[in-house]
Amino acid sequence: MREKKTIVRKQKAPGKGIKLKLILWGSLALLILLTAAFAPYITPHDPYEQDLGRALWAPCREYLLGTDRYGRDMLSRVIMGARTSVFSAVLLVLITTVTGSVAGTVCGYHGGKLDTFLMRVSDVFLAFPGMVFAIAAASVLKGGLFGAVAALALISWPKYARIVRSQVMAIKNAPYMEAARLAGSGTVKIIFRHMLPNIAGPVVTTAVLDMGTMMMEIAGLSFLGLGAAPPAAEWGSMMSNGRSMLQTSPWVILAPGCAIFLTVMIFNLLGDTVRDLLDPRQRKKEELPL
Amino acid sequence: MEKILEVKNLRKTFYKNRSPFPAVEDVSFHLMKGECLGLVGESGCGKSTAARLIAGLLEADRGSVGLEGEEILGQKGKKKRDVYTKLQMVFQTPQDSFDPRRTLGDGIMESMRNRGMKKDRARERMYRLLEQVELDRSFGDRYPYEVSGGECQRAAIARALAVDPLLVICDEATSALDVTVQAQIVELLKRLQRERKLSLLFICHDLALVQHMCQRVLVMYQGKIIEQGTADEVIQRPREAYTRTLVDSVL
Repeated sequence: MREKKTIVRKQKAPGKGIKLKLILWGSLALLILLTAAFAPYITPHDPYEQDLGRALWAPCREYLLGTDRYGRDMLSRVIMGARTSVFSAVLLVLITTVTGSVAGTVCGYHGGKLDTFLMRVSDVFLAFPGMVFAIAAASVLKGGLFGAVAALALISWPKYARIVRSQVMAIKNAPYMEAARLAGSGTVKIIFRHMLPNIAGPVVTTAVLDMGTMMMEIAGLSFLGLGAAPPAAEWGSMMSNGRSMLQTSPWVILAPGCAIFLTVMIFNLLGDTVRDLLDPRQRKKEELPL
Repeated sequence: MEKILEVKNLRKTFYKNRSPFPAVEDVSFHLMKGECLGLVGESGCGKSTAARLIAGLLEADRGSVGLEGEEILGQKGKKKRDVYTKLQMVFQTPQDSFDPRRTLGDGIMESMRNRGMKKDRARERMYRLLEQVELDRSFGDRYPYEVSGGECQRAAIARALAVDPLLVICDEATSALDVTVQAQIVELLKRLQRERKLSLLFICHDLALVQHMCQRVLVMYQGKIIEQGTADEVIQRPREAYTRTLVDSVL
């Protein structure tokens, strides 16, 4: 029954489904990014203005998502928190993807002693509990949110280096690489034109799927006082602040929780769609009525 | 008749768990202009390795390869790219020899674009090449997984011809295709060779095909060339015991 349904859907809209999905999830992700970018201009109230007289109000017309224990508007804080949470996660993912990809490409393509050295270094990072190392690194760096991002980047790059390295090694001896060489393309051209586009699928998917994890890790460090410092609005630390009031004032934890949930979900779905789009063979499979 | 390719004492040793495995040992031969030279031997005898060494896709341990009298082994950068305007290859698995993320047309145009040809002109030329290998223009916009093996191999031949090469190495170019398609590709290669006065190094393990295609044949066994001569001579009156078993196993 389920299979039959899929066939009908696939025959009905070959290829168009993916574009539609990309537009939908892409625009939602863009909306989140825009919200983050223009946060100070679209908050209905000042996210930092305290008024104990209206502490812990339930959601109402004036305060759509209620207020926290200092009487700050939750909606404004969630919007403002998008800036910290989303941007630091984006920054973190960008840093790790780029450094990991560079290390992985060099290792996979070049091989030899450099490969052995970098891979042993990454083994050390992978063998050591990541979060413990990040906590140590963040407390040494003492740089607030950027310290947290740097600490997490330090523990996250080996994963990308590993993925990229294995992908590069899998395709570097493919006949089409030799064909490109015979066509007179140099190493740089081959890497950028033939290699990276062919390994982008898994990397981009991992990166977008990691957005959520990264956000949670930044939130975790913030909770320990190693990331965003109070009173800065940050979804993770807002959630930990509301932890004790889960039974009495659930909106304090639910508002940033839902924000994280929705953002992570949208980025995950976007990641899946991008993967489908980047791998024509995958796309082909979906278009064929099986 | 002048020699177009002259290979001397070519040698390559692979190391597997530090134990040496000589893949190509002291291979020497030459190829005349406009000639089709067959290179036969069982799987793993070093045929493909030899082809890759000659094309510079693998680095040889020793030896020399002269193309039109010029040494082409160990060339780097621009000089090596210049070699590839004279020497091209057609690979065994047509679908894998095209970038899965790019169209066949892109693949055919890559060498022209790399030599600075304008996009419109490259596209025109790409269409002409497709016609020469008896493919419709629309194949230029298709992806390798959207066409059959035979069609893809035709496109690969078009790509090899894009630079007007003097020498094309066909590394088991017909082995992955079924018999009828194989025959078509062989006829295409013969026609192109005749029309363009191409020199072919035709690597194959099908002796009947080699007899049909080639004037001269080299027999390779365990990395060495053990016998050479005209196709009819080698296949009908093999001197070496190994060649005899090879001939007997097919005919």
